[in-house]
Amino acid sequence: MARFPFSAIVGQDEMKQALLIAAVDPSIGGVMVFGDRGTGKSTAARALAGLLPPIMAAEGCLYGCSKEDQARYPGVCSTGKMVSRPVPFVDMPLGATEDRVIGSLDLERALRSGEKAFEPGLLAKAHRGFLYIDEINLLEDHLVDLLLDVAASGENVVEREGLSVRHPAKFVLIGSGNPEEGELRPQLLDRFGLSVEVRSPKDIEVRIAIMRLVAENERDPESFAARWAGEDEAILKRVAKGKARLTKLEAGEDVLRDAAELCLAVGADGLRGELTLMRAARALAALEGAKSVTRKHLIAIAPLALRHRLRRDVLDETGSTVRITRAIAELFG
Amino acid sequence: MNLHDTADPLDDAVLAARLFALAPQVFKGMVLRGNSPAREALVTALGVGVTLRRMPGHVDDERLLGGIDLAASLSSGRPIRQTGLIEEARGGALLAAMAERLDGAIAGRLAQALDEGGAAVVLLDDATEPEEAPPQSLSERLAFACDLAASRRWQGVELVPAMGTLAHVAPLDDDALRALAATAEALGVDSVRALIFAGEAARGLAALEGRALTDRSDLASAVRLVLAPRATRLPPQEAPDTPPDDQPPPPPDGERDDNSDGEQQQQEPDLSDLLVEAAKAAIPADLLASLAQGKAPRRSASSGTGQKRKAATRGKPLGARPGMPRGGAKLALIDSLRAAVPWQAVRLRELGRETGADPASPILMRKEDLRIRRFEERTARVTIFAVDASGSAAAARLAEAKGAVELMLAQAYVTRSEVALVAFRGTSAELLLPPTRSLTRARRTLAELPGGGGTPLALGLNAAREVAEAVIAKGRSAALVILTDGRANIAADGSPGRPQAAADAETAAKAIAARGIDALVVDISARPGPEGAALAQTLGGRFLALPRADAKLLTAAINAVQPIGKAA
Repeated sequence: MARFPFSAIVGQDEMKQALLIAAVDPSIGGVMVFGDRGTGKSTAARALAGLLPPIMAAEGCLYGCSKEDQARYPGVCSTGKMVSRPVPFVDMPLGATEDRVIGSLDLERALRSGEKAFEPGLLAKAHRGFLYIDEINLLEDHLVDLLLDVAASGENVVEREGLSVRHPAKFVLIGSGNPEEGELRPQLLDRFGLSVEVRSPKDIEVRIAIMRLVAENERDPESFAARWAGEDEAILKRVAKGKARLTKLEAGEDVLRDAAELCLAVGADGLRGELTLMRAARALAALEGAKSVTRKHLIAIAPLALRHRLRRDVLDETGSTVRITRAIAELFG
Repeated sequence: MNLHDTADPLDDAVLAARLFALAPQVFKGMVLRGNSPAREALVTALGVGVTLRRMPGHVDDERLLGGIDLAASLSSGRPIRQTGLIEEARGGALLAAMAERLDGAIAGRLAQALDEGGAAVVLLDDATEPEEAPPQSLSERLAFACDLAASRRWQGVELVPAMGTLAHVAPLDDDALRALAATAEALGVDSVRALIFAGEAARGLAALEGRALTDRSDLASAVRLVLAPRATRLPPQEAPDTPPDDQPPPPPDGERDDNSDGEQQQQEPDLSDLLVEAAKAAIPADLLASLAQGKAPRRSASSGTGQKRKAATRGKPLGARPGMPRGGAKLALIDSLRAAVPWQAVRLRELGRETGADPASPILMRKEDLRIRRFEERTARVTIFAVDASGSAAAARLAEAKGAVELMLAQAYVTRSEVALVAFRGTSAELLLPPTRSLTRARRTLAELPGGGGTPLALGLNAAREVAEAVIAKGRSAALVILTDGRANIAADGSPGRPQAAADAETAAKAIAARGIDALVVDISARPGPEGAALAQTLGGRFLALPRADAKLLTAAINAVQPIGKAA
């Protein structure tokens, strides 16, 4: 199936912005999308992956190793030639088994030739790309555990079935789920750099527009893609420029102070919130082509970077977003 | 921002890490609590001097302890052993992320390896709730525990190498040993292992600075690093008189006559007082809070989660056992092959004698080789609230019941338990909230719960029983919490009348008792009567009268009587 053009996605600006920021600076951590089904979550994530410039990876490498990976994991990847390949996008099914996710012993080779070979799993496939998990809040506990570990360390360590394998697995985790169907473990939530809330558009005109676009795409995907190619190209350029600019941007002392004050005011625990807020503001500035990181960027990105980190008071029903906007208003006027 | 001007929890953690790096075999390891950038930096710094081998949580026994190398064995036709992770990490340390989720069986293996010597473990504890903690069997065996959750530093962390070695530091003198023992006593640290760690830590601190003798500050730091995190009670306000500090310090004996601070000790404050003070300052804040409330410090999660159940089809893989793959049980191919490998040579010879068959035939499998997979599934526990929303139960108290349900739900993601809510009033009972873990949804439902009307207790009990039965049918465990005054006045058919209502309620209660469902009756009315207690008795459950409970108290009481998520 041809992918839906990123620029043709109607509305959902917050989600699109979060995805672009994650693309500019993957070190921010993944994006968690809260919301109903059918709001274009997976379409957007998929579209973004297809939009990004191809990566250079070792030819035939099952892990998509870069030059640096080859140096760090000499046992994993040996072929030297670098060829370009699209940014991987892996859709992890809820019912995936542990074997399938982390990889397992290649039985066929073990039986036929007595060779102990590792058959890479989804984590290997997702290296340097996106790992998308729909309904992540329903994911089985032991899978959440191993995902957390890999997402935190950037490598997958397999010690089972007689195998001892260590391979790089750095990916942007994109999760989505409906909080009405179950809570997410706080540790997992904390792993996400940004979180967004999406709702199905209530405006009739918007809904009609979406239906029209989807129908057009289904009728003739090629010319539809061609029609949006220009705008997609523009987004691609923005991301590429943002990536290049990122290294030159540094958040100043005043922005750091703002970030610290804001985190303190809303009660976002830990240093990680501050660091993420600061990095996200920088990535936003880079994406916008700004010359420096300012308070404006910080304020714009604060709800996304902080709303899932607030300490929860069960009996206080005020939404996280409201608490953040209120704190921003009090602190910065 | 001035990040370096105040004491940071990282300072002590760095000190502990330096000690650990000095002698990994002696200190066995450390627990680093709190997922923070500081911890990441510390682990990176530690990795410079100590080889850290990452151990994934899904490691199997085969890799942990070593076993038969399947592929090599198959190709050579005879069993070939391979070393395990514990063996391979010898000299360095195993690094376990998310240690609070570490499987009890793996923890047991590691504990054994630690006791045998040669192994060391670094546990990264990501727990955010008091109910979670790494297995105690393991953390108790590691010298240090540091909490870095609140640390504000993450840059420029490095471990300065020690100037001396542990072997060059003299053993502690009797005074020091006595003072350490007294301090451990004052803090309620019973484990002798902790005491030994503290002593070695004191010597290690001297070794870090290249000294041959330990001094008072070494002892104080050792107490801070080793004993304070293990405290189970607050030291008494006055220093304990138990240490024999009224005796003059023993004269320095021959082998330690260079210990010349004898007269200094006369002027300085008593050593054990000093140590207790040092410990006090370092007892973690949350521990302090729970100790002050007279609560036990947090303990391992293994008891706080849902009941574990061996399952044949899904869940976390547990290993295999001999058996035939049928009835949904899956064949564990690798384990089956592994079981067959050692016999290949023998079987080939047998086969050759009997039939003269081609010796290059594939693997000879027999029925007894077959292994089937086992999985562990945590059975979620579902707590079903049956809330009496009638006028007699005082609708005003409904708010507390609602609050309690919300609070228990808030804990639900930790204990992996679910909550359901049945309300009964007027002439009907209704399942308002099917078993869920969703706070959002529960809150909305609860907000809409009205009060007033008669008390159709029988209907409420029946509805609750039906929910419980459905839960049990799905292989989960169910517990009932019934909030009512027990004064039934609506019969099972919805008609008013006290005698019939009471009789119907008794029948319904007996049905619940007959199913063996756990039940707790909580009477939150202003003047609890005998009816609630009688109901509890018929149910074969427990009874709580809480005439003035608020939501928090109610939750605490329910948890105390019947811990949510704990196996019955």
